[in-house]
Order: sequence, then structure tokens, then C-alpha cells
Amino acid sequence: MNANRRILSGLRTGFLYLLLFAFLTPFLLIIMNSFKTTQQFFESPLSLPTTINFKNYASAFDNMDFMQGFMNSLIITGISVTIIIIFSAMTGYLFVRYKWKVNSIFFFLMLASMALPFQVLMIPMVMLYGNMGLLNTKLTLLFMYLGFGVPFGVFTFHGFIKGIPYELEESAFIEGSTTLRTFFSIVLPLLKPVFVTLLVLDVLWIWNDYLLPSLVLLSPDQKTLPLSTYTFFSSYSVDYAPLMAGLIMTIIPVLIIYLFLQKQIIKGITEGALK
Amino acid sequence: MNKKLSLKNAGTFLVFGGPSIFAFAAVVIIPFIVGLYLTFTNWDVRTGDSSLIGFTNYLEVFRDKVFLQQLWFTLKYVFFTVVIANVFAFFIALTLTRGGRGEQWLRTGFFTPNLVGGIVLGYLWQTLFSQVLPYLGAKYGWELFQTSWLTNTGTAFWALIIATAWQLVGYLMIIYIAGFTGVPNDVLEAANIDGAGRTSVIRRIILPLTVPAIVICIFISLSRSFLTYDINLALTKGGPFNSTELATYHIVQKAFLSNQYGVGQAEAVVLFAVVAIIALTQSYLLKKLEVES
Repeated sequence: MNANRRILSGLRTGFLYLLLFAFLTPFLLIIMNSFKTTQQFFESPLSLPTTINFKNYASAFDNMDFMQGFMNSLIITGISVTIIIIFSAMTGYLFVRYKWKVNSIFFFLMLASMALPFQVLMIPMVMLYGNMGLLNTKLTLLFMYLGFGVPFGVFTFHGFIKGIPYELEESAFIEGSTTLRTFFSIVLPLLKPVFVTLLVLDVLWIWNDYLLPSLVLLSPDQKTLPLSTYTFFSSYSVDYAPLMAGLIMTIIPVLIIYLFLQKQIIKGITEGALK
Repeated sequence: MNKKLSLKNAGTFLVFGGPSIFAFAAVVIIPFIVGLYLTFTNWDVRTGDSSLIGFTNYLEVFRDKVFLQQLWFTLKYVFFTVVIANVFAFFIALTLTRGGRGEQWLRTGFFTPNLVGGIVLGYLWQTLFSQVLPYLGAKYGWELFQTSWLTNTGTAFWALIIATAWQLVGYLMIIYIAGFTGVPNDVLEAANIDGAGRTSVIRRIILPLTVPAIVICIFISLSRSFLTYDINLALTKGGPFNSTELATYHIVQKAFLSNQYGVGQAEAVVLFAVVAIIALTQSYLLKKLEVES
């Protein structure tokens, strides 16, 4: 009975790994073929590469201006995620601790806006910001990410801060600490678990976003990684070998983060969804 | 703490709420209001002229056979994507919550497609559908793969669904796993002692107790697939002959390439209404099935 069970569970695990292997074949095929020439790829896309050469990577690196795209993505993602987290933590605190009418109105509006798809906002947004001549700068894009990221951030922090006992802050106030100082030295350190959740969800969202940057960033030197991936491939004849190398290079930065943070990422998704 | 907002503490409001409320108002509230207004005007981007024209834009939306076809195409796409992604995610999650060895690795593995943005995902599958599968078709004489799936409307439709569902599965799986972990062990043990089979445990215990997770997963997959843009762009570019343009893709084309901002915005509002109605109906219907454990 016990031995049977062990064999069964072994079989089950084996089957699951097989399923995972099949599930990930698209990635494996692209990695394998990124080391071949386009000609070799056409002739036998399923065979293992005979030599490992990085020619495709070098040419993709130049063609898609990888460094520039990478730096732009890094700056945009880094700054927007930071400001989203800090400002939504502060606003979440404000909304929990001060029961003013304006606060509850804005909190309600933010909650309601989370059901609003970006598509309803994009046309008027491009029109308004275009009229003011504010398109084509990173600053505008950062500002927009802040605006779109704030509702979920505030909502998440709000739920968490509600659970923090007020007594902790009260004693600080009695000793004459300002609200700002109390927030940064007492409340903020307690918010670490929420930080990680938001960090993960916002990094995945902003790093991979295509539509918004494509509407805001118009000149080539502003392009983020997803945009340069697209311009690289929008030529008439697709050269598949460098294309695949380019795809792999675009994936690698996130993959590295994932390998380090996979537990937190999965936890972040779970908490983000169940909130 | 419950002091009224006055000049004295207006500073607190501005410091703590100022930046986020300002950004939120400037990119969400104002564009939303302007957007609604826009649907009632014939604003022209080149001349800057604009005058109120009532419901003309909305009438145009419903008279536009192409948009209605694409909306129908989108609905079919959303339906199959949601069903396929959720069924797979549900069963993968089910096999990955039994406490077996290596589960953590398997979960990590199934999640990986979510690290990739829609553009990269689209090109990845474009390469597979246009090159690798036809190669297999030619080599082994499989008729299904002889021509690229992306050159035929019917198969391009399924290509879109496969690519989207492939990504969604891992994301939904995580949420289902969280839902299953919430099912109390004693209930499962009691069922085991009573001699309930695996299928009836799933049907009578796990399913009803994970309704909240199902509601969230369907909601997420609904809204994500309704708004698909970059996978569509990278995989088919709307082709062949605009037959695989999903609603969002169509709206972007209409507004930013043919400069019909008013009609495009009216289409976006109609799309929003469709998404809202479907999402609310599904969560209402499913909530009725919810039980306390």
C-alpha cells in the first residue's frame, strides 16, 4: 500500500515535470535557435545548435540599441515604482488616520477607478498632454505611472495601516514628533511586507508595459526595452536569428530578478489578487 | 485625530495627499471627464475645430459593421481564453497543492511566461507559428501545420488564444493555489473518512469553497483579455486583412492612425460598458454559489 502510494506520487511528479517541460518548450526553442544562423533555423528548428556563438546577440544588441532601451527602462521603472510606493504609503496613512470628508471622497474615487480600463483614458490623455506639449519626455511618463499606480497602492496600504495600533504613533506625538517624522520613523518601517508586494506587481507592470510608452515616448532615444524590441522587428523582412537573440536579451533582466525574488513574487501576486 | 480639516492642518493634507491625488486627478479623473465629453463632439485633430454633435459618434459606433464584427471577434476570443486559461490553471493548481516534492519549482516554472511582456510574448509565438510549426507540418506531413496559422483567420484566432492563455495560466494558478490552501484540512479529511472519491471531493467540497478565488480569476482573465493589445500587435498585427483586430487594437488604429478621436473614444466607452456588464454579471452569479465552510 505504502510502496504503491510512493510509486504513484513519483509518477505524478514525473508527469508534472514533463508537463512543465512541454509548457516551457516555446522558451527552449527560442533559446536553442538564438545560437544558430537564420539559415540553420529554417532548415532544422528542432535540432540542437552545433556551435554556441553569440553573433546574433551582438547584432541584436546593436540593432535594437539595447543599452539605451535598457537604461530608459531602468530609469522609468526605478523612479516610477519608488514614487508610487512612497506617495501611496503617505496617502494611505492620511486616509486611515484623518477622517476628513475630502479624504473619503478621494478614497472612493480611487477605489472606483480601479475598475476603469486604460483604454477609456488613453485617447483624452494623449490629446490633453499633446495639446500642452508635454509628450515625449520621461517626466510625463513618470507622472502618468504615478497617477495610474496610486489607486492600487493607496488601497493596499490603506488595508494594512488600518491594522496598525494608533498607540504607537500617539506616544511619538506626545513627545512632540511631527506627523511627517512619526510617519517616516514609526509607520514606514512597519509597512515592509506591503512594499514587497507592490514592488513586485509594479515592476512587472511597468517594465513590460508597451501601450502607454508607445503613446507618450515618440523619439527613438527615449524608447524603453519593449519599444525597442518592437522597432527592431517592425522592418519588412524579419531576420529570425537576431530576433530570437533580442527576445532572450529582453527577458534576461526580469528573469534575473525573478530567480532572486521568486518566493516574494509569488507571495506578492497572491496578496495583490486576494486584497 | 478626528480634528476637522482647517488651514492649520491643510499642510498635512498637501504633504501626505498632494502628490498622489494631483497625479491621480490629472491622469484619471480629468481625462475620464474630458473623454466622455469628447464622445459628443466632432473634434478634429488637424484643425482643432470641435463642436457638440450629440449622440452621432455612438450611432456611428453601432452602424460601423467592422467595429461590431471586431467586438464579436473580441467576445469570442475572451470567452475561449477565459475558459481555457481557467480550466488549465485550476487543474494545475490542484495537482500542485498536495504537498508533493518539488512543488515550489513547478509553480515557479509555470509562472515564468508572466515575466514577459506582451510584445516579446507575441514575437515568441509568431516565430513558432510562422516558422517552427510549418516546418513540422512539412516534415511529418501534418496537414494542420502545413501553412502558417497566422495567415488564415480561423487559425490565427486560435493562435491568439493559445498565446494569451499560455501566459495567463501561471498567474491564475497562483491565485487558485492560494484559494485551495484556504480549504480547511478537517473538511477534506472528513470526506476521505467518509470514502468520498477524488472527483466528488473536487465537485462538492473544493469547488464550492473556492468560489472567491474563481470569481477573482475570472475577473482578472476577463479584464486582461478584453484589453489585449500588444500580443495582438506582435502576433498578427490585426492580419490577415484586419480579420484578427481585437477591440483595443481597433480603437488605437481608429484614434491615432485615422484621427477619428470622437468615434474611437465612443468605441472605448462602449467596450468599457461591455466589460463592466459581463464582469458584474459573472461575479454576481458566482457569488450566489458561495458557501461558508
